[in-house]
Amino acid sequence: MTKTEEIINGVLNGDRKSIAKAITIIENNMPEAQELIAQIFPHTGKAHVIGLTGAGGAGKSTLIEKIVREYRRKGKTVGVIAVDPTSPFTGGAFLGDRIRMQELATDEGVYIRSMATRNYAGGISKATKDAAKILDAAGKDVVIVETVGAGQSEVEIVKVAQTIVVMHAPGLGDEIQAIKAGIMEIADIFVVNKADRENADKTAMDIQAMLQMSNKKGGWKPPVLKTVALTGEGVPELIEKLEEHRCFLEGDVECRESLLKTKAEAELLEAIKERISRALIDQLKREGKFDELLQEILKKKIDPASAAEKLVKKAIKNA
Amino acid sequence: MQDGRKIRVLIAKPGLDSHDRGAKVVARALRDAGMEVIYTGLRQTAEQIVETALQEDVDVIGLSILSGAHKTLFPRIMGLLKKQGLTDVMVFAGGIIPEEDVSEMKRLGIKEIFGPGTTTEEIIRYVTDNLPKRD
Repeated sequence: MTKTEEIINGVLNGDRKSIAKAITIIENNMPEAQELIAQIFPHTGKAHVIGLTGAGGAGKSTLIEKIVREYRRKGKTVGVIAVDPTSPFTGGAFLGDRIRMQELATDEGVYIRSMATRNYAGGISKATKDAAKILDAAGKDVVIVETVGAGQSEVEIVKVAQTIVVMHAPGLGDEIQAIKAGIMEIADIFVVNKADRENADKTAMDIQAMLQMSNKKGGWKPPVLKTVALTGEGVPELIEKLEEHRCFLEGDVECRESLLKTKAEAELLEAIKERISRALIDQLKREGKFDELLQEILKKKIDPASAAEKLVKKAIKNA
Repeated sequence: MQDGRKIRVLIAKPGLDSHDRGAKVVARALRDAGMEVIYTGLRQTAEQIVETALQEDVDVIGLSILSGAHKTLFPRIMGLLKKQGLTDVMVFAGGIIPEEDVSEMKRLGIKEIFGPGTTTEEIIRYVTDNLPKRD
């Protein structure tokens, strides 16, 4: 058995060290990454993948700890992927989400992995989706993905998770924020955390009002829940809604199929994009045009956008 | 198309003291040196630290302790690392560890001990120069 096969077998048996190695392989995009994902892919699709997003300081990590405990109480195994930002200046990262979850570290039914964005935009890292697949294939009943503290347009999580929880806390903005496009549109469940604070009801009402303006017909109506992550208040109700949404996804065949199709479509498009751009850039560099134009940019003879247009137009004609 | 391996470091606070300034300063310095630093927070058991190192697949563990319990906790941590087959992880320590205990701690497999007055540059250099070869 090769080393990769050993790791794949280990993952499928739920071995924690193999899971750890597998995530490292895909995170570093090592040569065996593609084979690994190809081998585990048929074993995915069983876990309920939940995405949790919201502003930094809303209480995501703290809430996840309580959500995991509740799922554990129900006898389910849980995987958590917690994403924090990579510094665009040094490439380093401080991954601190675990601090709130360390009491779960020695629970054998729980696996927690911290990931840095490695400058991937959209609130997660490039490898997050595949890391979720690994935890799914390893037999976790529930996989929770915590995005970086997200503001408005970090919506990449929709490509990873089946159920999206968007978290708010009182005092972060008025009803105008609630009407904005982006993150508010991806929620299957809204959570107003820190519900023991002043204005929590107002925040919940603003979101409700925004939802009533929506003309989305039929289907799932996103509920607005209130929680206090520190004490766990409201968490059982949240789990109930999460389960409800899972049933909704599973029960309604058409809806589920279209969801899966959208997800597959996005994945396929992304894979194509990556390969096309890589092939094009390689070709341009091989032909020497790249360096030629680079010199011209440095001499201020042409701007980068015009240079790119020139290169791409020519390359596509040749391809 | 390999994106290159990032150095992953676990900074852990075993035992009961809550002096985490040093741990945070070191974590920040390693972050600024381009590493991915996972911080456990305070009051970690040996089991929590080793399990975290396993799940996070770290290359390096930095233990910060000022309580004086290193002679109890470090052997336990090193023993558990061995049990989990994590002998390829480099472990260093810092905090208050008396001179006379240093050789005993190093015999356990702790590669280096940084006492008060150590600069963050020294730690960064040490970590970078002594990275373990891992597969």
